[in-house]
Amino acid sequence: MSFLQLKGVEKNFGPVKVIKGIDLDIKKGEFVVFVGPSGCGKSTLLRLIAGLESLDAGAMHLDGRDITSLPSSKRDLAMVFQSYALYPHMSVYDNMSFALTLAKADKAVIDEKVKRAAKILSLEPYLDRQPKDLSGGQRQRVAIGRAIVRAPKVFLFDEPLSNLDAALRGQTRVEIAKLHRDLGATTVYVTHDQVEAMTLADRVVVLREGKIEQVGTPLELYDKPANQFVAQFIGTPQMNVLASATVPQMANAFAVPIPINGFIGLRPESIVLTGPGAGQLNAKVDLVEALGAETLIYVTTEHGAQLVARQNTRADVKAGDEVGVAIDTRTAHLFDAQGRIAHTGAVAGALAV
Amino acid sequence: MTKALPLKLTPTLLARTLVAWSVTLVLFFPLGWLILTAFKTELQAIEVPPLLVWTPTLENFYEVQERSDYLLYAKNSLVTSVVSTLLGLAIAAPAAYSMAFFRTKRTRDILLWMLSTKMMPAVGALVPIYVLAQKAELLDTQLALIIVFTLSNLPIMVWMLYSHFKDIPHEILEAARMDGATLWQEFHRVLLPLAVGGLASCGLLCLVLSWNEAFWSLNLSAAKAGTLAALIASYSSPEGLFWAKLSAASFMAIAPIVVFGWFSQKQLVQGLTFGAVK
Repeated sequence: MSFLQLKGVEKNFGPVKVIKGIDLDIKKGEFVVFVGPSGCGKSTLLRLIAGLESLDAGAMHLDGRDITSLPSSKRDLAMVFQSYALYPHMSVYDNMSFALTLAKADKAVIDEKVKRAAKILSLEPYLDRQPKDLSGGQRQRVAIGRAIVRAPKVFLFDEPLSNLDAALRGQTRVEIAKLHRDLGATTVYVTHDQVEAMTLADRVVVLREGKIEQVGTPLELYDKPANQFVAQFIGTPQMNVLASATVPQMANAFAVPIPINGFIGLRPESIVLTGPGAGQLNAKVDLVEALGAETLIYVTTEHGAQLVARQNTRADVKAGDEVGVAIDTRTAHLFDAQGRIAHTGAVAGALAV
Repeated sequence: MTKALPLKLTPTLLARTLVAWSVTLVLFFPLGWLILTAFKTELQAIEVPPLLVWTPTLENFYEVQERSDYLLYAKNSLVTSVVSTLLGLAIAAPAAYSMAFFRTKRTRDILLWMLSTKMMPAVGALVPIYVLAQKAELLDTQLALIIVFTLSNLPIMVWMLYSHFKDIPHEILEAARMDGATLWQEFHRVLLPLAVGGLASCGLLCLVLSWNEAFWSLNLSAAKAGTLAALIASYSSPEGLFWAKLSAASFMAIAPIVVFGWFSQKQLVQGLTFGAVK
């Protein structure tokens, strides 16, 4: 039973079609992440759900009620903005209690809810402060607190971590995940960061140019991408995609024939570097990135294809070395000329064991 | 407060100081002369060379009140400027709100069109407005002045408020909407507290403009609804020039607004430069 349902949702800004027909069912308690490159319409889609933009076509239902043309204030949703959007003239306490005050809730009830949210978010010492006297991380927590206090039907997050530094971002990500586990609230979260998408989501919605490319659990997207776009968008470093023409020596290496003018997709962990002449391809090392736990090696093959290999051991090669490239062909994904999946490979990690 | 750095007296600084003082004195001279003259008798006022030492008198002020009821004009000035300012804010704030937060392709054109109405000389609209006021039987009434003052200040008010509102992040208003605020609650609980500085400086400016307005008050009002500008003007013609009384009347006309401006100058300057430097 879907809790939040989008049917044929479309949005135009003037002559530009930003959202081109989105159908999506979100279950109660689910954590759904919209992810995609900038300009894909993910934030617009969130704003449509929030009621901050109006639909040009389609319908939305929330908990059995048609909310398509309901104003934001009546939808019972809470949103955490990228810029936090705290009320600068109010104390932290007033920021968090604003919605309940507007709803004319009982003072004692408001006080109890604000205190509880402040406790969850460790904001208790700051309740009397103004937003300008808080650090970025604290402001972010106030913005989240403002949403929690309301106990809304759905939490909406619009790139909430992008203004935080890397360390704080990681930490807050964990806090949001924990919060969702504790509160069990239905959440729609927009990000361009696929690591956030992979770590937080129950289901990820990959968007491109206003259309859904694929919906699935994080690992489904990683292991069974629906097309070349999703395959390359999910995973860092991204999947190697080779035009079949650049690797003629591998034409018959796969379980199924390569589609005409098709592409071969290989996760970096499916590529193993060997001594020169020992693999299916020969290549020259361009760059070695030693990250400690893993090493990324960028190579260019004799036919000009560029590949990146990931290995969990330290590398004994350096830029300029000649190497052989051994490919685990069973793990390869094959795409047709339009980039659609033609054959899904096995999971690289599972085979390696 | 930061401590002032000790200044070293260099020739440049000296020259600059001298220039600044001379410009200030030149600008202030007529006003200073007016104030001095207000405290002289009519005879002393026209003496050549001008008297620099004399016993000041308040006679002119009594006479101005006596002869032309200063307090009535003052009341008219106060009522027309305050009411037209409040009315203007009440109309301009929602207009600026919609232009700043719900921009369309035409917003810029509308703003420019509004401003363009200020480019026409007021006298160009004198006859139609006079006839309208006459037909509506509003000649020499406070209402006529209030309406005209409000309309003539509106373009400036909308522009000023628009530029203030534009600097307020629209997400804050959206957050209020998400929090369940109605349009009115969003306006008065979030926007107004954030824009109070802008509203105040806009109001102050329009108050000063309306107070000093002379063209329309001279043409649309007379003894009943005349403002202080009309009072001053009345001392300059029919019975010849009475310098001392004219000065006293002018002094009384500008004193309230100068004092008012003095106290609110920080707010005014802040309002006028807000958004320009950032």
